Amino acid sequence: MSVKTLTIDGVLVSARADETVLQVGRHHGIDIPTLCQLDGVHSVGACRLCLVEVAGSAKLQAACISPVSEGMVIQTDTPRLREYRRTIVELLFSERNHICAVCVANRNCELQDLAVRFGMDHVRFDYLSPQVEVDASHERFGIDHNRCILCTRCVRVCDELEGVHTWDLSGRGVHVRVITDLNQPWGESETCTSCGKCFHACPTGAIFQQGSTIAEIDRDRSRLQFIVTAREKKQWLV
Amino acid sequence: MELDDLEKIGDRERGSWKPCRIHCCQATGCLLTGGDVVFRRLQEAVGAPGVADGVQVVGVGCLGLCGRGPLVAVRPQDMLYERVTPDNAASIVEAIDGGQAAAAQCDTSQPFFAGQVKIACEYCGRIDPERIEASIEAGGYRALFRTLHELSPDETVAEIARSGLRGRGGAGYPTGLKWATVSKMPPGQKYVVCNADEGDPGAFMDRSIMEGDPHRVLEGMAIAGYAVGANQGYIYVRAEYPLATDRLRKAIQQASRLGLLGTGIFSSPFNFRIDIRVGAGAFVCGEETALLASIEGRRGYPRPRPPYPAEKGLWDCPTLINNVETFANVAPIITRGGAWFASIGTEKSKGTKTFSLTGDIVNAGLIEVPMGTSLRYIVDEMGGGVPGGGQVKAVQTGGPSGGCIPAEHLETTVDYESLQALGSIMGSGGMIVMDQNANMVDVARFFMGFCKEESCGECVPCRVGTVQMHRLLCRVLERQATADDLALLESLCRTVADTSLCGLGQSAPNPTLSTLRYFRHEYEALLRTGQRDDPQRSLPIVQLVTSRTKP
Repeated sequence: MSVKTLTIDGVLVSARADETVLQVGRHHGIDIPTLCQLDGVHSVGACRLCLVEVAGSAKLQAACISPVSEGMVIQTDTPRLREYRRTIVELLFSERNHICAVCVANRNCELQDLAVRFGMDHVRFDYLSPQVEVDASHERFGIDHNRCILCTRCVRVCDELEGVHTWDLSGRGVHVRVITDLNQPWGESETCTSCGKCFHACPTGAIFQQGSTIAEIDRDRSRLQFIVTAREKKQWLV
Repeated sequence: MELDDLEKIGDRERGSWKPCRIHCCQATGCLLTGGDVVFRRLQEAVGAPGVADGVQVVGVGCLGLCGRGPLVAVRPQDMLYERVTPDNAASIVEAIDGGQAAAAQCDTSQPFFAGQVKIACEYCGRIDPERIEASIEAGGYRALFRTLHELSPDETVAEIARSGLRGRGGAGYPTGLKWATVSKMPPGQKYVVCNADEGDPGAFMDRSIMEGDPHRVLEGMAIAGYAVGANQGYIYVRAEYPLATDRLRKAIQQASRLGLLGTGIFSSPFNFRIDIRVGAGAFVCGEETALLASIEGRRGYPRPRPPYPAEKGLWDCPTLINNVETFANVAPIITRGGAWFASIGTEKSKGTKTFSLTGDIVNAGLIEVPMGTSLRYIVDEMGGGVPGGGQVKAVQTGGPSGGCIPAEHLETTVDYESLQALGSIMGSGGMIVMDQNANMVDVARFFMGFCKEESCGECVPCRVGTVQMHRLLCRVLERQATADDLALLESLCRTVADTSLCGLGQSAPNPTLSTLRYFRHEYEALLRTGQRDDPQRSLPIVQLVTSRTKP
């Protein structure tokens, strides 16, 4: 296995020849943003957030699928790339109904993280506000298409790691949906092994575990009573 | 099958000809205007008692002037009748021995016909596309024979390279270079694929070639197979072209039966099989990597290149993909030599190009002109200008990936570089003429609507960006947009063009950008003054996301 040297953001780095620009960047502490990429399954280069500028190439290259080559000079964080990334995240927020405040993944969401990282303080585009479904027919999991960004991680982990291929896609354009089996309710899927890999892969709150939605939270009212008792009776009773 | 056998088939075919042949166009355009009924009436008239035995009716491919179909040509008198109706069809037969037919005669010396140089469409409209004998009579499969017996694969590639032929699908990649790349890949399974997924609105060049001379395409593919070392070819044709699919299927059957496809072609060790794969209505499958995925039976999603299909194509094998028209140019190049082909056209764009001339134009139809012909000649002379003496406002080339060329640039010649310099592209050959009444913002909106519908949804900028650009264009048309909206539209155009995964998204902003470049005043005239105050868009998403704090 040969070794290549290349320059990322002005830093000369070495890389194994089979590495991608994204991997090399990460090894050297350069955090190129991604959404669809997931270690362990093949990369599709679909979210376009990891685009980087490669000297000598007019086109931007997706770092997750670009193999390194000798003498490459790469810029991962230029004003132009920052503008594009922010726009892409805005487009994602405009596409479906991402309401962080009521999302199971609030504060634990890769899309939300990126919005914060790129300083996306508002969306310049119309919200498309589509009417999409929530499929809660599965015993252990559910999918809320309002929060799906079509990264296809679930499709890939199901196919490549679990070897089942319960998940796939239907439709095209903004009408694409991830589907289970032949677009049957998830709970009726005959192939799903309930392994939960799709849940662990999902970057947003689209695929969630049953019992973690706001409605399903067990509320512990005795905690409120504890404070009331403390205030009124000056007694710290547990 | 040997060369002698080919000649015998050709001689027998010629021997069966009657002195007078009536060519009735049986391509989709004329069939839609009643060409099938006209064909039957002509046959009845020829079979009627009292008509001399020396007349026969032949169904042929596109005769060119599609806008005035059904078309009927009489050979050898070289008469052309336009807008033939079932009622006046018989009068054409009656007028053969002199006299005036009731059907309107069309002047075949007008520039529409005289300005053409036919290479890809050489036999289109001259032969019966459903009979291989007719193709062989005209000269079909001689180039394949010559290739297999006189040329090595490398010499074949060199001949194509010498011709300077460039991909006719739109991008204009040098065909010889592509062939050389595939042929230089290590031996093993390789494929040849013909891209017949012509989906641009207003484009019908490839359809006309497939419907008019399917054997020319098969022959080109077989020659390519020999040159690059492939034994299997696929034609990926869109399902919206049932007639072309049917004729290709017949042609493959007939060629296989004669041993012109299959194993041991022309008693050589060369094997080549061609199968048809029919699309399912997705424009994106004209993009080569999506097309390959679709042939493999997978979802028609494009994938990033490199690796290019020449290296890793169908089932990861080296694959040569060319467009229908590119393959249709191969046989004449082999027959007459690359140098001959290179003598036609301009310095960088050789040969001829077919265009489907449509829109606000007197002579709508299929034309084939040498590269370097000026747009003005095509539109004003060949096309006869705008009906009713109107003014040409713009010419749209390249479909949803192309742009609008304003009237002041009509002196531009058609070649890859000149059209690109104007912000349009050659594309596959759609050419839509627009008169002074055209609303250029609406034109941009139309093409964006098309891209929005056809976006596969894989990458974010194209999937959502096309929808948002379409919305902004609608907003301009509804006089609801402000200068801020226009700036946002332009910025989004740049983002989508630079960040989309495949050619569909990368070129989707082109019609908008080119109309903004030449007709910006039309956009500005529709703008509303003041600030944006759309209540929906001022939803405070800010507070929804900034509650997150980084650990």
